[in-house]
Amino acid sequence: MSQYAALLLAIPLIAAFAMPLFGLIGKKIRNSWAILTMLATVAAALILVWEVLTQGTIIYAFGAVDPSLTIPFDSGGVPIRILFVIDAMSAFMILTAAIMMFAATLYSISSESEQTGQDGYYALLFLLMAGIFGMVSTGDLFNFFVFLEINSLAGAALAAYRIKGGVAVEGGLKYAFISTVSGLFFLIAVGMLYGQYNSLNIAYIASVIDFTGLSLVAVVLMIVSLAMKSGSVPMHFWTPDTYSSAPSSITALLIVSSMASLYAIFRIAFSLFGLTMNVVTVGWVIIILGILSMFIGVSMALPQKDVKRLMAYHSVSQIGYMLVGLGVGLAVLGDQQMLAQFGVVAMEGGIFHIINYALYKGLLFLIAGAVIYRCGTANLNELGGLGHSMKWTMGFFIIAALAIAGIPPFNGFASKLMIYESVFVFNPFIAVIAMVVSIMTLASFVKVFHSMFMGPKLPQYETVKEVPMPMLIGMGLLAVLIILFGLFPDLVVNTLVEPAALALIDRSGYITSVMGGI
Amino acid sequence: MIEQIPYLAVILIAGIGIATILLKKNLIKMIMGLAIIEGAANLFLVTLGYREGGIAPIFTSAPGKEMVLPTVQAMTLTNIVIGFATTALLLAFAIMIYRKYGSVETNNIRRLRE
Amino acid sequence: MDFTATLVTGTGFWNPIIWILAFLITFIVAYLIWRSGVSTYQKGTEQVKPYLSGNAEPDKNAVHIRGGNLYWGFTEGLKGYYSRLIPLHTGDLNDYMLWYFGVVIAVFALVVIFL
Repeated sequence: MSQYAALLLAIPLIAAFAMPLFGLIGKKIRNSWAILTMLATVAAALILVWEVLTQGTIIYAFGAVDPSLTIPFDSGGVPIRILFVIDAMSAFMILTAAIMMFAATLYSISSESEQTGQDGYYALLFLLMAGIFGMVSTGDLFNFFVFLEINSLAGAALAAYRIKGGVAVEGGLKYAFISTVSGLFFLIAVGMLYGQYNSLNIAYIASVIDFTGLSLVAVVLMIVSLAMKSGSVPMHFWTPDTYSSAPSSITALLIVSSMASLYAIFRIAFSLFGLTMNVVTVGWVIIILGILSMFIGVSMALPQKDVKRLMAYHSVSQIGYMLVGLGVGLAVLGDQQMLAQFGVVAMEGGIFHIINYALYKGLLFLIAGAVIYRCGTANLNELGGLGHSMKWTMGFFIIAALAIAGIPPFNGFASKLMIYESVFVFNPFIAVIAMVVSIMTLASFVKVFHSMFMGPKLPQYETVKEVPMPMLIGMGLLAVLIILFGLFPDLVVNTLVEPAALALIDRSGYITSVMGGI
Repeated sequence: MIEQIPYLAVILIAGIGIATILLKKNLIKMIMGLAIIEGAANLFLVTLGYREGGIAPIFTSAPGKEMVLPTVQAMTLTNIVIGFATTALLLAFAIMIYRKYGSVETNNIRRLRE
Repeated sequence: MDFTATLVTGTGFWNPIIWILAFLITFIVAYLIWRSGVSTYQKGTEQVKPYLSGNAEPDKNAVHIRGGNLYWGFTEGLKGYYSRLIPLHTGDLNDYMLWYFGVVIAVFALVVIFL
């Protein structure tokens, strides 16, 4: 039986807590330890994803004689242990997180090399990753809350790590505060479900659920709390504040943690409640949040002057696409014909957009970090002419900017096309908004491109040169993946995305994988 | 009726916490409000775990009666620890902000905006 | 690997390989047209300097159009929208929390009304 699910958590946790010890020995050893454990985690994640794709859902019961023994013999048919349930959707999220972890850690080795307190930095980075991996693979609601808090604490501490005259602390404080509030209300909602069904296991609750008024309160609290954590309008105000003040490699990881919250919304909506609740209303609530996020996010991005703040508003806008895609899937979940006609494609588009978004948005933030690393400013009114000296960075920026704007043949186009065409059948109005938003995205990245890289070589940036190799490797990996995903979208959709979408829809399959054939 | 009182207390405490967060401008007071909501959540969880006539799951010379699964108690303990960590982190941020900005009023902690 | 495989999106399809072939053909045509143009351009001579009707070239910093100037017309045209939207981003933590609780109540109302 597969042990990689446990290793996925164990390696980053051991790595995190051993990091200060290795830091005592020496800087080189600490960096090697960080790279080594990062590679081990990514390897465990990739093997786990491979196993899930070939063998189907993997269950790992912590502390059991046999990890696949979900229900102890004397428990009366109730799973009482903490379970990891890794189906195709979780595997997809693990893959996304692993890629971003690889790129961001390599990038950090260079970008943080001049800074102090790196022991704590890497320890928190690995804790953040452990939180993300736990969130996307757990099958237990309270366990999810614990990983959510690990993730939030580590994320907030990292966001505030470089104090920057207090501005970074402000961003970290806002992130910590909203994460704690959303976590607490999530916990209260979990308590409401436990009070009714006497269990914390998602699959068990799903198998006995009887949708009452209290469950309704719980579902609203869970969805709104997680929507705030993933940065959807109108609870997005922390996103630009935190993303713009955090170190760039951390922003790339905070994006993954917002994706993990997004995953949780859909795990709860599809697998936990499914058709027992009114999917049309909840689906429309998610679609409305999505449309607002798309439009307000991009229109706030246009007049921004700080490059990272501009990109942060774009991440709000891109989250809108995923919310719309999966929200449409949720809204038509009860109608088999509409689901087959466009619902599944909309969901596939939304899920495909998750990995595409993580890739190009992570790359964009790493590029912004590279520019700040060399020029020391993020203000678009001061930058200019960097295309003469930072040619590789400019190339990566072109790739990422075209991908986020949905220009063929990059990956953003493929997933956006799936969303447009399926949502057009559902409601043409939403599809038109999505396309307008895409155009405005292109417009604002033309602005960034022009003011950062174009123009004559400015005298104050005469000495600027290309960023060091590990940063380029981290960015290059993401750029290559963007191109590959753009060139072979059918391959990605068929092997990764379609199983994930079907796993979300197949609620009884999720229940059966834990509860056995009941 | 008597068993409903803890739930009423939960709503009351959570309400006080929410009002503190929304109305108080002082960061320390907002963090206190957060801690109050956390207390409400803990009380809620512990109340859920009470079962009429059940006994504590301690096997040493226990009478052969129905035992209560101590899940929520474990959850509460975990949440207390997590709450301790978050409160400590937030207070650390508050100290740092006071040092850099010279104020802990939320009116003044808004250099990042627009 | 099947290079003719296409991404089927329900009502349409998308094949990046065909697109790239089309792009390459267009690129080659454009390159041929460009090549048949003026060939007297030489690097390192007077030709590479900006020509400003005989005036002296201003400072590099004065030439570059800054990011803040772009889309001025757009934001000016939509002033009514932006003057309402931008002040919402107050940066005040109390307001952030107010939005959260407001949305909880609004979503709850929606879900109860359309139960």
